[in-house]
Amino acid sequence: MEQFEPTIVAFCCHYCAYTAADMAGSMRLVYPPNVKIIRVPCSGKVDTLHIMKALEKGADGVLVAGCLEGDCHFKTGNVKALQRVTYLQGYLEEIGIEAERVQMVTMSAGMGGRFARITTEFTEKIRELGPNPVNAGGSRLAAS
Amino acid sequence: MITAERKPMDEIMGMIDGCGRILLVGCNECVTVCAAGGRKEVALLAAGLQMASMKKGRALDVREMTLERQCDPEYVEELAPHIDQVDAVVSMACGCGVQEVARRFKKTPVYPALNTKFMGASEGPGIWAERCQGCGDCLLGLTGGICPIARCAKRLMNGPCGGSTNGKCEIGNDVDCAWHLIWERMKELGIEDRYEDVIAAKDWRTGRGNGPRKILREDLA
Repeated sequence: MEQFEPTIVAFCCHYCAYTAADMAGSMRLVYPPNVKIIRVPCSGKVDTLHIMKALEKGADGVLVAGCLEGDCHFKTGNVKALQRVTYLQGYLEEIGIEAERVQMVTMSAGMGGRFARITTEFTEKIRELGPNPVNAGGSRLAAS
Repeated sequence: MITAERKPMDEIMGMIDGCGRILLVGCNECVTVCAAGGRKEVALLAAGLQMASMKKGRALDVREMTLERQCDPEYVEELAPHIDQVDAVVSMACGCGVQEVARRFKKTPVYPALNTKFMGASEGPGIWAERCQGCGDCLLGLTGGICPIARCAKRLMNGPCGGSTNGKCEIGNDVDCAWHLIWERMKELGIEDRYEDVIAAKDWRTGRGNGPRKILREDLA
């Protein structure tokens, strides 16, 4: 049976996670090609609606990657991002979607290794969870 | 502003069960400010409802609109070109908006997506607290600008009960004693001598005691 390859959208802060991803590349570290990176000026710029739209349009998992706590370039953007992710996780549970499909992570710009490890682990977790149930239902709908 | 909170998704989904196409209508006024029913919340609920339906393998067409004010017939009229194309309207306004849409469009069911809460003010980001109960006979001029009707759990009119401790109400440590606030405010204003002025028994007919209320301004009608 063909292995399920999830689509992961990662909203990466310009000042940390995006640079960490770059660093991972420079270090020749391997991380799954499933991860589609969207660079944002700050993780605090990521709205609940951006994450919902990613899931609605077919993403199987969404990562929001910001700076380490206390290190946000805009002071508290990463804290606000975490609050939004937590809120959204509750909302997803209300509509019957696994909350684990959305996760907030933090790292510094130099943590290329951490970026590679987190994206690898998250991709594996989503692979275990299986396809976004929205996609599965949509396919049934298209077939009917 | 009038504050509100979204209903549980199960309740909303139960109301629209069987609908294939809905019109989700937000309001640009109070519920936008309290982050319950503005354009963004409409988009978030639309995405949630669509995802929940797709998960079940059902098609749901959600059309989104946000009116300038859902409690005014002039703006509600903007729904008219769309109303015949949907099975139901889901309103993200306060109860006033829901009823105004229902009054205008008699053949289309209108469901509330919010629970309307109270007239309140923002105490900080994400926090809204009750400030007014619309009693129809404002006595804030007597109480240093702090309302004992909205903010005292017992609606006491002449000083605190015996349950307040260190300025907090006996119903919870996070609730200020309104009469403690009034006393502190009167001291700041230098009018504490007025604290012992007796406020007469309130005539609740100006509130809900006389049935549903209406304002008629003959110069405007």
